[in-house]
Amino acid sequence: MADAFQPIPPRAAPARVTGALPWLRHNLFSSVANALGTLLLLAVLLWALTAAWRWGVANAVFAADADQCQAARGTGACWGVIREKGRFILMGRYPFAEHWRPVLATVLLLGLVVASGSRRFWNAWLAGLWIGGLAAFLLLMGGGYFGLTKVPTDLWGGLPLTVLLSVVSMALAFPLAVLVALGRRSNLPAIKSLCVIYIELVRGVPLISVLFMASFMFPLFLPVGKSPDVLIRVVVGITLFAAAYMAEIVRGGLQTVGRGQAEAAASIGLSYWQTQRKVILPQALAAVVPGIVNNFIALFKDTSLVTIVSLYELSGALLLALGADPDWRPFKIEGYIFIVAIYFFFCFLMSRYSLGIERRLARSSSR
Amino acid sequence: MTESALIAPRRAPPRRRQAWSLRSRAVRGWLYQIVAVAVVVALGWLLLSNTLENMRQRGIQSGFDFLGQPAGFDIGESWLRYDSNDPYWKAFLVGLVNTLRVAVTGIVLATVLGTLLGIGRFSRNALVRGLCYGYVELMRNIPVLLQLLMWYLLLSEYLPAADAPLTLGHMVFLSKNGLSYPLLVWETGHTLAAAGLLIAIAAGLWFARAARVRFAHTGTPQPVAWIVLLLLVGLPAIGWLAGGAPHHLELPRVGDFQVEGGGSLSPEFLAVLLGLWFYTSAYIAEVVRAGIASVPAGQQEASASLGLSRWRTMRLVVLPQALRLIVPPLTNQFLNLTKNSSLAVAVGYPDLVSIANTSINQTGRAVECISIIMLVYLSTSLGTSLLMNWFNRRAALKER
Repeated sequence: MADAFQPIPPRAAPARVTGALPWLRHNLFSSVANALGTLLLLAVLLWALTAAWRWGVANAVFAADADQCQAARGTGACWGVIREKGRFILMGRYPFAEHWRPVLATVLLLGLVVASGSRRFWNAWLAGLWIGGLAAFLLLMGGGYFGLTKVPTDLWGGLPLTVLLSVVSMALAFPLAVLVALGRRSNLPAIKSLCVIYIELVRGVPLISVLFMASFMFPLFLPVGKSPDVLIRVVVGITLFAAAYMAEIVRGGLQTVGRGQAEAAASIGLSYWQTQRKVILPQALAAVVPGIVNNFIALFKDTSLVTIVSLYELSGALLLALGADPDWRPFKIEGYIFIVAIYFFFCFLMSRYSLGIERRLARSSSR
Repeated sequence: MTESALIAPRRAPPRRRQAWSLRSRAVRGWLYQIVAVAVVVALGWLLLSNTLENMRQRGIQSGFDFLGQPAGFDIGESWLRYDSNDPYWKAFLVGLVNTLRVAVTGIVLATVLGTLLGIGRFSRNALVRGLCYGYVELMRNIPVLLQLLMWYLLLSEYLPAADAPLTLGHMVFLSKNGLSYPLLVWETGHTLAAAGLLIAIAAGLWFARAARVRFAHTGTPQPVAWIVLLLLVGLPAIGWLAGGAPHHLELPRVGDFQVEGGGSLSPEFLAVLLGLWFYTSAYIAEVVRAGIASVPAGQQEASASLGLSRWRTMRLVVLPQALRLIVPPLTNQFLNLTKNSSLAVAVGYPDLVSIANTSINQTGRAVECISIIMLVYLSTSLGTSLLMNWFNRRAALKER
């Protein structure tokens, strides 16, 4: 006789894989060793965070009072130094009454950068916008016209100087980089080798030596008695430096454009420049936007080096602000943290933007 | 329809282009090149003549003859014997050695930390992944110069004074004057141990090679790692014991104003080293992460289905493929670290650039000193890229 129907015992419901608890189990406590590591790391993290909290918030002095800060030294931070000197760190030696000008000029320049980051502005008008924006920036900073008092460049400093050095150098380096990149891919041997020599020469030396060159050697290069001001020399130096790196990035973009594009353009009768301008460059440049942004981030960070050739950008302005003032001199580290926060804010935003563009490019090319 | 009607009537051969027309591509190419070279030469000549004129007017002497004159300044730290009566070329040499010292140490440390952080991004533990990610983002978004300055500030102002240093078992001392550590007193036993190590390395290499050959013949994996480890530990130990097991150390001790004796690292060196180490390791971590991520998941699955363990999968399948992508950007990071070591001038560590800076201030020979800096860095960079090209040719995929 056949066996009666015997159901096998029901299987347990599958373990939940979504939700907070399963995530914790899978990611933090998947094995004994893993769990031990998690606990150890958590303990260290907790200790570090409480120490940071105690120093930075609980025991910190927020009032701009040097005596209170002295009393709290060693146990708490003195954020009063930012309240007292923050404006000097941000603006450098720029005349106090005129501070609205660098603020406005910096906002203008940053607005220009943000606009260039949006696809809607990627057209021929952008160049005109940049020329107008830079002229307005220099006018606002320097003055001398329209009733604005003249402010010599050696008084410029702080964040406006950092933004000026990075944005202006980048704007000038970009066209140069495109030309050099095209030159490096040219089949004219003399032009090609000139471009290769320029790129390799600049990429082989540290920025600081280029800055030394700008501050010590450029005055010798120009006709006697006609040495331009140190700010212009440094901008030229940084531009030449940045252009070499960017040329390599642009060259990478040029290589992603298929050979067929140039051949097709030639077969409908476009000249070399028409081909580059209307067919190759639009595709090549769009492909390397993330690279260009990353290069800009590097440049933005590198402008901190100009403090070595005595231009008072953020860290230079900090030393200037605290060095001469014995009351506040002991609280340099708080000042550094302030500057670090500024740099981190800008760089992190830009790197997120670059990542976003990269993802969008990946999506459009993976159709 | 006859066949001949399908063939196009024969055209006359195209007329040869005018050889010297401006419309000819070749002629225009030559023209562009001549103009470009002429502009560069003219610019160079202009700069040179201006420079000579400026130097004449300001009474600046030129030439490298100053390298033989006594430098007249002291250098804080030096591996070479140097004093202020020594000539400039020796000062530059000291600077170069100092640059290399900090660069090589930094490269080794940054590679180790960067690799760990890069692999940590793939950890099964979410906390480890998050910490590695946070570290990389934090370090990459802060200028390296600021990091150097902050380290220097911490080391030179927040540490205790030299008469009451932090200590680790009275062997290692850390104070405003830097780090002091015990030194070995070199004896015969150490020489024998070093010799043992050399022999062990040679034997280990030979053994690993033989094991590979045997593996290729028989297909049985050979126990290489244990035997090599045994050799590397055993032979030096035998040498050390044969030399009488010397264990004398030259310990640093706290003096009245400074920690005396033993080996020591200055706060300037430490600041440069720590700054470059932590900054560059973030970049190396990204390089390693990208390299590993580029190996398709199918490779790991395939090797798992062949029965390879996790470690062997990593060593035999993933890493060889990842390395091909890791090595070129990794060398770039090494070069960046070396170039960034020039920021030592900001904290007063006497590297090549600081020495050149001092020399410029003393002699006014800016052109010569800056040329020396550029020449040294250029030859390092170009040498490395030549080496890199050679490696790339070797490691390139051998496509059928």
